Amino acid sequence: MAPTRREFLIIAGLSAIGVACPPLGRIIAKETTSRGTLSPGAPGSSPALKAKRWAMVVDANKCCGDCTDCMTACHQAHNVPAIGNVNHEVKWIWPERFENVFPAESHTRIQETVRKQIIPVLCNHCDNPPCVRVCPTGATFRRADGIVMMDSHRCIGCKICLAACPFGARSINFVNPRPFIRKLNLDFPTRTKGVIEKCNFCEERLARGILPACVLACQEKALVFGDVEDPNSKVRQILDKKFSIRRRAELGTKPQVYYIL
Amino acid sequence: MKLYNRGIIIVGIVVFLAAITFPFWYDRGKTIAPPAIELDTPAIQKLADKRCVEDTAFMRDNHMKLLASWRESVVRKDIRVYTSKDGRVFEMGLTGNCLECHENKSRFCDRCHDYTGVKPTCWNCHINPEEVL
Repeated sequence: MAPTRREFLIIAGLSAIGVACPPLGRIIAKETTSRGTLSPGAPGSSPALKAKRWAMVVDANKCCGDCTDCMTACHQAHNVPAIGNVNHEVKWIWPERFENVFPAESHTRIQETVRKQIIPVLCNHCDNPPCVRVCPTGATFRRADGIVMMDSHRCIGCKICLAACPFGARSINFVNPRPFIRKLNLDFPTRTKGVIEKCNFCEERLARGILPACVLACQEKALVFGDVEDPNSKVRQILDKKFSIRRRAELGTKPQVYYIL
Repeated sequence: MKLYNRGIIIVGIVVFLAAITFPFWYDRGKTIAPPAIELDTPAIQKLADKRCVEDTAFMRDNHMKLLASWRESVVRKDIRVYTSKDGRVFEMGLTGNCLECHENKSRFCDRCHDYTGVKPTCWNCHINPEEVL
């Protein structure tokens, strides 16, 4: 027997209420889990390095250009694969020519020493990161201390951040990177096929109270790392004394890697 | 009511039902031993108090939730220390903590996961030292 108009309206109304209200079971379950024991404990007395705003100064004058100590150290510490195919290349910190680092400042009459200069470049950990704004899953996000983080667990490999980053600081794993890692560092995970990766300002080392791998590896002390909000920090001491520029500052991403040329 | 192509349809339904119920009648009468997980790694034997981060029943039921909350906590909140229900403090980590004791992934994690048909993606990135060394 077909329902009457009255019955149909009653059923439709009750169904609408049922859909609109979350099931009672779920509400109860949520309450028990929030009271549960899975909440993380408060950080104890850890020797972690903390800052209001991490930043890096790259003194290109001190960088000798043809050495790769910082890159080797970084790539070894973070299991960055050395893939021969340039189209599949993955990089966290890499050398670049002046005209590519500072395209707006470069011109045909620039002095030869500068034109030929090789400058190490990495993720700028921008204060206004375009990669974070475009990421659809929140896999990349900006920490309170300014580190632009990459949560590979949430990355779906859509590559929008890759397009959004004006510095080319992001790489995608087109292939499984494991076979291309020369020497595995067991203390740091690798990545998997289909996720983006980039420099993380060595946040895992900072948590253990160690400075970034590239900074410690540089024998010329060309890379300086510290809290840019702290007037006594090493980076501030340099920035207060010397003229510094940032890559493509006109784009308004507020990069936090400062270059001294 | 007339059913066109009766033969094909009925044979099709029978084949379909046989195929989807395959796991039930294929395994009928067989007993499959529950997975035997090994807890006797040297690291565990050395422990004076053989307790995991939480009690065994909790870990058995909730290890995946615990690991997921650790993952969120470390990567997204920069909180790396876990205080268990009984007040002990641990550094959160899959390879840095769990695998320190359970160094036999193939005879611990995998045995249950294979039995239940679970395929966690942890090891796509996280390194199992057992496989490397």
